[in-house]
Amino acid sequence: MDALLMGVTWEDVRNWLPSFWNGFLISVRITLVSLAIGIPLGFLFALGVQVKNRAVRYLCLLLVEIGRGAPALVLLQFVYFGLPNAGLSVGAFAAACIAISFNTGAYTSEIIRSGLEAVPAGQNEAVMALGMTRWDGLRFVIIPQGIRVAIPALLGFAILVFQGTSLCFAIAVPELISRAYDIGSMQFFYFPALGVAGIFYVAVCIPASFIVSWAERRAGAYSQR
Amino acid sequence: MTVDTALYILAGLPVTIALTGLALLFGAVVGFPLMLAAQSAFTPLRLLTVGVISFVRSVPPILWLFLIFFGLGSGVVTLSAFSAAVVAFGLIAAVNMAEIYRGGMVAIHHGQYEAAIALNFSTYRLYRDILIPQMVRVSIPSAATYAIGLMKDSAIASTIGVAELAFRGNQISLQTYRGLEVYAVVGLLYILLSLPVAALSREAERHLRAKVSR
Repeated sequence: MDALLMGVTWEDVRNWLPSFWNGFLISVRITLVSLAIGIPLGFLFALGVQVKNRAVRYLCLLLVEIGRGAPALVLLQFVYFGLPNAGLSVGAFAAACIAISFNTGAYTSEIIRSGLEAVPAGQNEAVMALGMTRWDGLRFVIIPQGIRVAIPALLGFAILVFQGTSLCFAIAVPELISRAYDIGSMQFFYFPALGVAGIFYVAVCIPASFIVSWAERRAGAYSQR
Repeated sequence: MTVDTALYILAGLPVTIALTGLALLFGAVVGFPLMLAAQSAFTPLRLLTVGVISFVRSVPPILWLFLIFFGLGSGVVTLSAFSAAVVAFGLIAAVNMAEIYRGGMVAIHHGQYEAAIALNFSTYRLYRDILIPQMVRVSIPSAATYAIGLMKDSAIASTIGVAELAFRGNQISLQTYRGLEVYAVVGLLYILLSLPVAALSREAERHLRAKVSR
């Protein structure tokens, strides 16, 4: 244990905390921005892969498959190191938000699509029988029921997005992992510094996973009624 | 992109496959006792295992890599970048496979247990002849999905210098300043790599399903 802690003192850890806290806030900010952009994008993709127009449908399908199929790290590096070749230079924070939003959009589109598909077909037939427009049917009948099914999975995915912000280390966003790595490499306190970063993740993810399983139970109770 | 750079990136393909395969193998083997312990009737063991599983899952993979490569590496056990990555992803794969196996066990009908008790099966026979074959069949699709996810996650090993696909792509991009096409090619390679895994899983599932009368 001594070999791991390398003589780090509580004093040291206390001095690191402000830096870690700022890094944590950056991780949270990237998560919130990516969810705020990514989930509506997922909605668009989910509806887009079901439209009649072939060009739109295949484009959405292609974007979803790229967003889900390529590693998040490669997407991040593509946006940050690749897009400048096409004349689109963005800062590290913006690049992180763009790449993770796209990734989130692709994944949540599948979650939302399966939620919408879980709505019984009779509901759609009733919409047509009542002569509602396609949009009104979605807005008032299908989406309110489908989203209820999708919410637990979306919450679970939000935890993964928060964990995924750790990859922004690779494009030099000063988030939690970058702070830990900097302290580790400057003072050689790798294990303690990385451990403190780990505590931040555990402190968020374990309570959050309890909330998700509570939401799952509640959604299950709803569908059984 | 020249042929040389393309070949240089492609040389990372076996490393990505080896890393994913070894981690998955470790996870598939260790995940099983982990799943049993997480369902044990002995409460302290069950709580401990469930705690360990949610702890390992709540720390992001990049942090496990750094903890094992830099953290342990700077004082306790020094591992090569590749072995550190295998250990880190093996650990993550083990807890995720335990969850997948648990899902497979839950899917087994309760009547199967009752029938085994009625027929006086020993616990060993119950698992070997009744539970495991059914659990494996149910677990295959989710295990394949997880294998594809693990393969994409293995790109994170590039941050500690494992010379796999993403790492080589990164090197070429820094040398040539042609990030756009290099990362596009690397991303495409990962997508292409996931296609045979998905096909294999469908095939395996079909094969196993054919053996079961319904």
